[in-house]
Amino acid sequence: MQHSSLYTIVFAGIVCVVCAILVSSSVVSLSTLQQTNAALDKRKNVLLAAGLVQPSEKLTPAELNDRFRVIEPVVIEMATGMIVPEIDPSSFNQRKSVNDPKTSQVAPPNSSRISRLPNHTVVYQVFNDSRELQMIILPIEGYGLWSTLYGFLALGADTKTIRGLTYYQHGETPGLGGEVDNPSWKARWPGRVAFDDNGQVVIEVIKGRAGSPQESPYQVDGLAGATITSRGVTNMLQFWLGKNGYRPYLEKLREKQPPS
Amino acid sequence: MNNLARKTVLDPLFENNPITLQVLGICSALAVTTKMETSMVMCGAVIFVLTFSNLTISLLRNNIPSSIRIIIQLTIISSLVIIADQFLKAYLYDISKQLSVFVGLIITNCIIMGRAEAFAMQNEPTMSLMDGLGNGFGYSLVLIATGFLRELLGAGKLFGYKVLPLATEGGWYTPNGMMVTSAGAFFIIGGFIWALRTWKKDQVEEEG
Amino acid sequence: MILEHYLSLMVKTIFVENMALAFFLGMCSFVAVSKKVSTALGLGLAVIFVLTVTVPMNNILFNFVLKEGSLVWLHPNLATYDLTFLGFLCYIGTIAAMVQIVEMTLDRFVPTLYSALGVFLPLIAVNCAILGASLFMVERDYSFGESIVFGLGSGIGWFLAIVALASIRERMRYSNVPPALRGLGMTFILTGLMAIGFMAFSGIQL
Repeated sequence: MQHSSLYTIVFAGIVCVVCAILVSSSVVSLSTLQQTNAALDKRKNVLLAAGLVQPSEKLTPAELNDRFRVIEPVVIEMATGMIVPEIDPSSFNQRKSVNDPKTSQVAPPNSSRISRLPNHTVVYQVFNDSRELQMIILPIEGYGLWSTLYGFLALGADTKTIRGLTYYQHGETPGLGGEVDNPSWKARWPGRVAFDDNGQVVIEVIKGRAGSPQESPYQVDGLAGATITSRGVTNMLQFWLGKNGYRPYLEKLREKQPPS
Repeated sequence: MNNLARKTVLDPLFENNPITLQVLGICSALAVTTKMETSMVMCGAVIFVLTFSNLTISLLRNNIPSSIRIIIQLTIISSLVIIADQFLKAYLYDISKQLSVFVGLIITNCIIMGRAEAFAMQNEPTMSLMDGLGNGFGYSLVLIATGFLRELLGAGKLFGYKVLPLATEGGWYTPNGMMVTSAGAFFIIGGFIWALRTWKKDQVEEEG
Repeated sequence: MILEHYLSLMVKTIFVENMALAFFLGMCSFVAVSKKVSTALGLGLAVIFVLTVTVPMNNILFNFVLKEGSLVWLHPNLATYDLTFLGFLCYIGTIAAMVQIVEMTLDRFVPTLYSALGVFLPLIAVNCAILGASLFMVERDYSFGESIVFGLGSGIGWFLAIVALASIRERMRYSNVPPALRGLGMTFILTGLMAIGFMAFSGIQL
C-alpha cells in the first residue's frame, strides 16, 4: 500500500524513538547489576589464578570479598617496575588510561595485537600472615582467534614458577579456543617455569600433549582444534613477561628489594 | 488450541523445520552447539526474539511503509536482541561470556528475518506468535540434538558432567576431535537431513 | 612497509581466516544459493561490494559516534558518553541501507540476476558474514585503511568459497546420490569436507 513520504518519515521516527527508549532503559536499569557482576567476576578470577578458590566452588559475594582480603592490589610503573603508592588501585581505571595519550604510549610491534601500553598497571600481591610475599598476580591480555583474551598470570614469589593462568574475558569459540576456561587445561599450568636459566622467556603452549611439570617445565599442552588461540596464549605470555611488559617489575622483585 | 494454531506450532518441528527444510539459521547451529549449556541458552534467546519480533511486526504490518520495510524489521529485531543480551549479562553472566559474539549474531539469524517476511507480514498477531513459537521449537530441536551429539562424542560430557569415562582420565573413551570442530556439526546436520527425508519422503528434492 | 602489512592482512583474511569456511558465517545463503555457478558468482560479487563499503563506513561510525569519548568533536561536554551498546543497531542500519541500494541498482541494470537471486538478495542484509565482519573490525580496532582491506578480503574469501561449492555441486549432478541425501544434505557434507580442507591454512603464520 502506498503511503505519503511524510507518513513514512513520521512512522520511522516513532519506531526509532520507541526502540531507543526500550533499549536505553534496559541498558541503564541493568548496568549496575552488570557492573557488580563484572567486578565480582574479576575478583573471583584473581582468586582462581591465585588458587585461593577452586573452579567448582560456588561462593556468595560476601565470601568472595572475604577471601580477597589477603590480596593487595598495587599500581606499578611499567617502565621502571617501581610501585607507585600515590595512585589508588581501586579507583584506577586501566581501560581508560590505556586510551589516553597522556597516560599511555603506542606499543611496539607485537603478535598479540596490543596497540597501546599503559604507563601504569594494577598488579596483585599475595602475602601470608608474616607479611612475606607468596605470589604475584599479573594482568595479561592478547589476541586469540576471534577476540582479545583478558586474564591473570600467577607467579610464585621466586618470580619464575607459574602458579596458574586464568582468563576472565574472551570471545573464543565455545568448545575450541573457549577451552582456555576448562579446569583440566588450567590444571596443566601450576609448576611450570616461565624463564630458563638465562632469564629468557621460554614458556610456550605446544601442539599435542606435554609431559608433567617435572618432565617439561617450559611447555604446556595445546588446545585441541584451537591452534590459533593456543598460539595467542604463547604470544601474550612472551610479550608480558618480556621487556615491554612486566620484566622491570619482576627484576625489581628479584633484587629482593622489599616492596615499599 | 484450535487446529490451525496447533498446526502452526507443530509443523516447524518436522514438516517444515527452519534448519533442515527452509535452510535458515544455520550459522549459529554450527557455532554454539559444542556444548549443551550454550545451545540451550541460545535456543531460549532465539525463541524470545523470534516470538516477540513476529508479534510486533504482525501488529504493525498494515502500517509499515513498504519503502522502509526491511530497516524497520531490522530495527525491531536488533532492539529485542540488545535487550536479550543485556538480560543475559545481568542475570546469566558466566554463560553470556561463553556465548560472546553469537548473541549479537542472532540479529542476522535468517530465521527471524525470514519468518517476519514470510509469515508475520501477512498474518494476524496471534497466529504470528504461534508461528514464532513453532519455528523457535523447530530450531531448538535441531540445536539440542546437535549439541547433545557434539558434546557427548566430542568431550564425553553432557552439561559439563562426565558421562563417558575419558581415556585421559583412565577410562576407555577417546574424545572425537572432529565433533568439536564445525565440520563435525556439518556432518551431524547432514545426517539429520538424511534421516528426516527418509522418514518424510515428500521433502526429498528433485534432481539435486 | 605499509603495503606489506596490508598485503599480509589481505592474504590472511582470504585464506587463513576465510569468512565462510573458517568462521562459518554467511552459511544460509552459502548453502542455498550454491546450486549454479552463475548465481553463486552474482551473489558473491554482491557480497564483495557490500562488505567493501559497509566495513569502512561502520569504522567511521564507531570511531566518531559510538566509542567512549568520541563525541568530543560535537561538543566537549560529551566526552563521557559511551554509546557502544547502540552498535548493533547502527551497523545493521548502514548494512540495510547499502543492500537496499545494491538491490535497486541490480533491478535497474541487471534484472536477470535480480530475479535469479530472488529472496536471497535482501537476505544479504542479514547475512551473518556482513554483520560479523563489522563486529570483528570493532573488536580488533582496525584503522580505516585496514577496514577497507579487511572488507574486501572477507568478501573475496566468501566469494571463493561459494563459487568453489557451486562448482562441486554442479558436478555432483552426475553422481548417484541417495534420494534423501540429495541437495541440502549433500551440500552440508560437502561444506564439512571443504572446511576440513581449509583447516590446513590455519598453520600459516604471516
